Amino acid sequence: MSVFKDAGHLFRFAGLFVLAFLVFLVVRHYVVPKSFGQYGHYRGAAIDEIAARPVKFAGHETCETCHSDVADKKKIGKHAHVNCEACHGALAGHVNHMMGTDSPAASAGSGAPTQLADDPSLEKPVLPDTAVLCVRCHTASAAKPKGFPQIDPANHYQGTSCKTCHQPHSPGIDAGGAK
Amino acid sequence: MKISRRQMLILLPAAAVAWESVLAGTPEDSPNYKMTDHWWGMLIDIPKCIGCGNCVRACQTENDVPDGFFRTWVERYHRTDWPMTETGPITTNPLIAPEVISPKGGKEGFPVATDESGKYFFVPKLCNHCADSPCTQVCPVGATFISPDGVVLVDQKYCLGCAYCVQACPYGCRYIHPTKEVADKCTLCYHRITKGLTTACCEACPTGARQLVDLKDPKDPIHEFLKTHTVQVLKPQMATGAKLFYNDLDGSVR
Repeated sequence: MSVFKDAGHLFRFAGLFVLAFLVFLVVRHYVVPKSFGQYGHYRGAAIDEIAARPVKFAGHETCETCHSDVADKKKIGKHAHVNCEACHGALAGHVNHMMGTDSPAASAGSGAPTQLADDPSLEKPVLPDTAVLCVRCHTASAAKPKGFPQIDPANHYQGTSCKTCHQPHSPGIDAGGAK
Repeated sequence: MKISRRQMLILLPAAAVAWESVLAGTPEDSPNYKMTDHWWGMLIDIPKCIGCGNCVRACQTENDVPDGFFRTWVERYHRTDWPMTETGPITTNPLIAPEVISPKGGKEGFPVATDESGKYFFVPKLCNHCADSPCTQVCPVGATFISPDGVVLVDQKYCLGCAYCVQACPYGCRYIHPTKEVADKCTLCYHRITKGLTTACCEACPTGARQLVDLKDPKDPIHEFLKTHTVQVLKPQMATGAKLFYNDLDGSVR
């Protein structure tokens, strides 16, 4: 054992080193979140947290399940590719009241669905003002693509509302016209 | 085997660590959505964009984007004709320096253009969800990352708000949230696409100028579109692997 003679201080130091390493492992265990490194150098649980955020736009498929009459009218017109919420605004709240729960928004998350009054009229969409809405897209401008239908609001109609001649869900005057 | 008090003291914490990871097990997978089945991107069809600003408003509503900050915005480019003077063409190259405006990010539309000369077009911008994103590489704490389905996300609970990523993004798509004081950016409506919905901007776009695309879906029309159209990404020289595809993009766009 002559090799280890007078080497006691080295073993004590090595022991201290091992102890410090274990303390580091324990601290690290409590400080680093569980899902860190699950997919990469980040907290894997963050993905689920981001995915669990509530939805505000319900999507036109959802609208069409109830409002199939409007969907049918829209399908044959020039606005066939314009989704409902492009004009009517975000209406997931309206749908949630219809379902009586906010579960569509919470389904992918961990949050329990909240019970809501089963009445879509509680969050009813405001009827858009065509005088503001239509010109937002259809005001003539040299910057817009040439094929896009454009009008000069100063000359196209005098004081009348767009709805007098065009039905917004199928705006062509031949295809239904005024309602 | 005899274990001394000292050995016991050393073994106990190690055993505790091991047991905790046994208890944690493997996390439960989402039943409907499999991240490995998707690789998200977006197609922007420049000739279809009319600059109405519906996308900017929809994004603000859907994601509670604070006023004055943008996860998506629209720019209007005007490439003027090359002006001629009596002594010949001027030396300022309008191809390199087009006139670009984006009042309030295009949220309230654009002023009417009356100058018919030159070429006008709108360029909607948002996070490019790069496959080799510079912004995620610089994060010192691992708070921003590319998800397994190809979306660049920010873990706002982990972010320190150092803004290194804001500087690193070559497209200017990130900002520091004024009240949360952490990095914020387009999530490609991750809370929507994982539920089978499209993004808020695509949902609100009246002309179909924006299309959410899933590059891992063999039935997605993007594959045919990429073959039959001239599609570009922004700043290809930076090799970011951008997944925001622009159809018919003018060479002057930076």
